[in-house]
Amino acid sequence: MKTLYILTGACLLVSLIANPAKTLQALKIAGKRFLKLLGEFALLLILVSLALTLLPPQSILGYLEGPGKLLGTLIAAAVGSLTYIPGFIAYPLAGILHQQGIPYIVLASFVTTLMMVGVVTFPMEQRILGTRVALVRNILYFLLALLTSLAIGLIFGELP
Amino acid sequence: MRSKKIWAIILYVVLLGISLATGFKPGIQTGKNLVNFASQMMMVLPFAFILIGLFEVWVPRQTIEKHLGIGSGIKGHLWAVILSAPMVGGLYVAFPMAYTLYKKGAGLGVIFTFLGASSLCRIPMLIFEASFLGVPFSLARLAVSLPLVIGSSAVLGRILQKKGYQPKMDL
Repeated sequence: MKTLYILTGACLLVSLIANPAKTLQALKIAGKRFLKLLGEFALLLILVSLALTLLPPQSILGYLEGPGKLLGTLIAAAVGSLTYIPGFIAYPLAGILHQQGIPYIVLASFVTTLMMVGVVTFPMEQRILGTRVALVRNILYFLLALLTSLAIGLIFGELP
Repeated sequence: MRSKKIWAIILYVVLLGISLATGFKPGIQTGKNLVNFASQMMMVLPFAFILIGLFEVWVPRQTIEKHLGIGSGIKGHLWAVILSAPMVGGLYVAFPMAYTLYKKGAGLGVIFTFLGASSLCRIPMLIFEASFLGVPFSLARLAVSLPLVIGSSAVLGRILQKKGYQPKMDL
């Protein structure tokens, strides 16, 4: 996070020295973009807060423990698509799940859908891409995540 | 559509207020989640948007058109992967950035690769992933998912281009 602040500060400083007018324009663009997406950010916050109540990270082991590998992979994909967990919580969680004996194929499905498919970011995606293309992209990347998981299962010898 | 979204926000706020007043536990938990996530997001968003703004004024349109434009082929997709590597936040930063790239003349297929890659191979995420699930897992996942994403993004981009599709350009 510190890197982000230092990088932004440095870029801003260099830009300011090089061309103050352009820098002001950049800040205006930043502000305008942010304000125009404010509603979508509000919806993102709302959906994330609801998802974390309905599917708290602690509960996820319970969903993935029982079923076999293939059903587990599907459930993991559904959970990963529906909820939102920031990476710095999701990966340590995946590490714990792995120690509990959850196979790689299920974990791959969980982390890839978590990052690539987003119900919580859908309002924002819809605002930029339009409803139909946003739907198509999410469904397509959901299928790609499943394919990736199957391949991971084969690579790690978890599938016959 | 806009007004539906506004109503959803109002409904949420009202339900949150009722939860606080009546001590409804899941509601209060949701409120706590909201505050938590909002403060995390605000630590990233202003900086990410400033960087997007700087990118927009400093990077010339010709550069993007040439390297990420419609005729850029596989190289354009590789550029999209490289651009996605240092991204922060999640998809919610990738979308505004993708919008900027498109505005500057990047091809649709390249945009979809960028969106996929910024969730698959952002360096901050990869470091986390490799340290908790092992380097072999990360490498295998990248080796499988990246070609899949590039291939299907190129196909999806081409289909949409033929149909004359355009993202919304009102931001």
